[in-house]
Amino acid sequence: MSFNISGATAQVEAVSVAEPSVGEQQKTIQGKSPWVLAWRRLRRDRASMISLGIIIFIVVCAIAAPVFAAITGHGNMTQYNTIGRTAAGEPVGPNSTFWLGTDSQGRDLLVRIMYGARVSLFVGVAATAVTVIGGTILGLAAGFFGGWIDSVIARFFDWLLAIPFLLLAIALFSVAVQSPIFGFIGPGLPIVIIVLGFFGWASVGRIVRGQVLSIKEKEYIEAARALGAGPWRIMFIDVLPNLLAPLIVYTTLLIPLTIVGAASLSFLGVGVQPPTADWGQMINDASGMFLYGSWWYLLFPSLALLITTLVFNIFGDGVRDAFDPRGDLYV
Amino acid sequence: MARFLIRRVFQGLFVLVLMTFTIYAIFFLGPGPQLVARVLAGKEATPAQVAAIASHFELNQPWYVAYGHFLAQIFFHGNLGYDYYNSVPVTTSIMQALPITLSLVIGAAILWLAIGLFTGIVSAVRTRSFADRALTAQALLFYSMPTFVLGLLFIWIGYSVLTTHGVAIFPAPGSWTPFTTNPLAWAHDLILPWLTIALVSAATYTRLTRGAMLDVFGEDYIRTARSKGMPEKRVIVVHNLRASLTPVVTQFGLDVGVLLGGAIITETVFSLPGLGWTAIKAIQSQDLPLVMGITIVASVAVVILNMAADIMYAVLDPRVRIH
Repeated sequence: MSFNISGATAQVEAVSVAEPSVGEQQKTIQGKSPWVLAWRRLRRDRASMISLGIIIFIVVCAIAAPVFAAITGHGNMTQYNTIGRTAAGEPVGPNSTFWLGTDSQGRDLLVRIMYGARVSLFVGVAATAVTVIGGTILGLAAGFFGGWIDSVIARFFDWLLAIPFLLLAIALFSVAVQSPIFGFIGPGLPIVIIVLGFFGWASVGRIVRGQVLSIKEKEYIEAARALGAGPWRIMFIDVLPNLLAPLIVYTTLLIPLTIVGAASLSFLGVGVQPPTADWGQMINDASGMFLYGSWWYLLFPSLALLITTLVFNIFGDGVRDAFDPRGDLYV
Repeated sequence: MARFLIRRVFQGLFVLVLMTFTIYAIFFLGPGPQLVARVLAGKEATPAQVAAIASHFELNQPWYVAYGHFLAQIFFHGNLGYDYYNSVPVTTSIMQALPITLSLVIGAAILWLAIGLFTGIVSAVRTRSFADRALTAQALLFYSMPTFVLGLLFIWIGYSVLTTHGVAIFPAPGSWTPFTTNPLAWAHDLILPWLTIALVSAATYTRLTRGAMLDVFGEDYIRTARSKGMPEKRVIVVHNLRASLTPVVTQFGLDVGVLLGGAIITETVFSLPGLGWTAIKAIQSQDLPLVMGITIVASVAVVILNMAADIMYAVLDPRVRIH
């Protein structure tokens, strides 16, 4: 089993990293797979580990949101019109009952933010998965088969890349809100996943295609072919595993972009629809009222969104550096 | 070069046809044959208007006839349909919004490139210095920052907090002065929206420029230039910048879609009645011909600008033409 990321380089490094002390010569030199090496490098990177900790914390918050809601006794949809609003109907600031204050409907902001993490993480992961899986299949086919298949896929990618995703979302939403498009694409989550998932295929696909083109020339592919392996076997058993490292890196860097994209759609009102708790939508709602004093309503969902994208980006950078210390995985 | 040009233009036209078909499919095929005229007419349309729409877009014909008619209307007559909600042609509504979006986009683009290139160059020339670390951290922060969060932060701190403390240097959101009326007031009104788009997008360019320059520093011809005794400034400006800025500036041409997205969000944040703001308002009033018109104009602009960027890249860097 060899997960060969960068051929000889990985092996050379395996030798030098495996044996730091020259004195103990009797110890046999162990080969370490690039995965083990990458994990070691990642573990040594403090910023990445702190980010990973915060990511885990956010995931726990998202999962435990109903538990927290039960503890405080504040449901995510419950409106507290007497204690959650001022006499003028304005949101209430942070206090001992509502730790982060309430929103425009008199709902507990902290509980809503925790529920919002579910939407952000779900969309971030689901849309990214659609992007990576679709892009990988197309990129693999384009790079591996070449010829007319490559040309057709290349034109398909040109088309996907030319469509500005926010405009597309606006167009889809404007129709879907009146009648589901083709009978099944309704407003809300379906549009978000289509726009963010489907239209990212091209960027992933082009990277995969480039990688496949270089892997195809490697000796071990020639060896597999000499042993009589068919094209499908070579594609999935010999080529695909060697694509995993760049794909993992790309996926971790894509998740924060997707989260920002989904939040932007909800901010514009064409994404996840109310009353579902969503950060972008809370910020949109707050944008009309924070100038009149409800600063907490703007600040806390914004912070939640910013911290989430920031830690995912720091972690993604760390993963990239860990797999590719020389920085040439990405051109 | 001629072959490259012809091929690239044909590719562009092909994408343009696909793009118009996508938009056609969303608006005309999406709602289904029974509802399409009804949906396009909006919620306040009379049955007569619905019938007028059906006959105007030839909706009773097979889809390919209607689609051909739709293309001919756009490209030969410059007719994007009628805005039933505002009772003007769609082109009129678009022409009103266009100067605002263009002002926003052009100013932001200049700031974006200036900030991105400058910080990237400083970072690359002084690798691992304090400035490099600070700029890299700054880039990471802005790269992670959603455009609307930064815009609202600017309104909050730059406008609200400063103004209540007697430092009214930034105008209220929604302020807009046409360039022809007063260029200074124009720039003053747009400074916060420009910064919003530029800072968020420049972060990518800080990273891109830094990476490209560091790559070029590893090239043999840089070593040759240095060993000839060429002053470092000249090595950086003449040998490195020329090579590393070409891909960065070209990438910029390919990022007009990103710029457009930034403009849509920023217009919404600052209540600037440009194309993005108009489109969002049009959704709320179910003014579909207007949404469609804006989508067409903007995506055609993106395709053409992408094509121009590709061609410019090929002119600047002969190696591109081969593939």
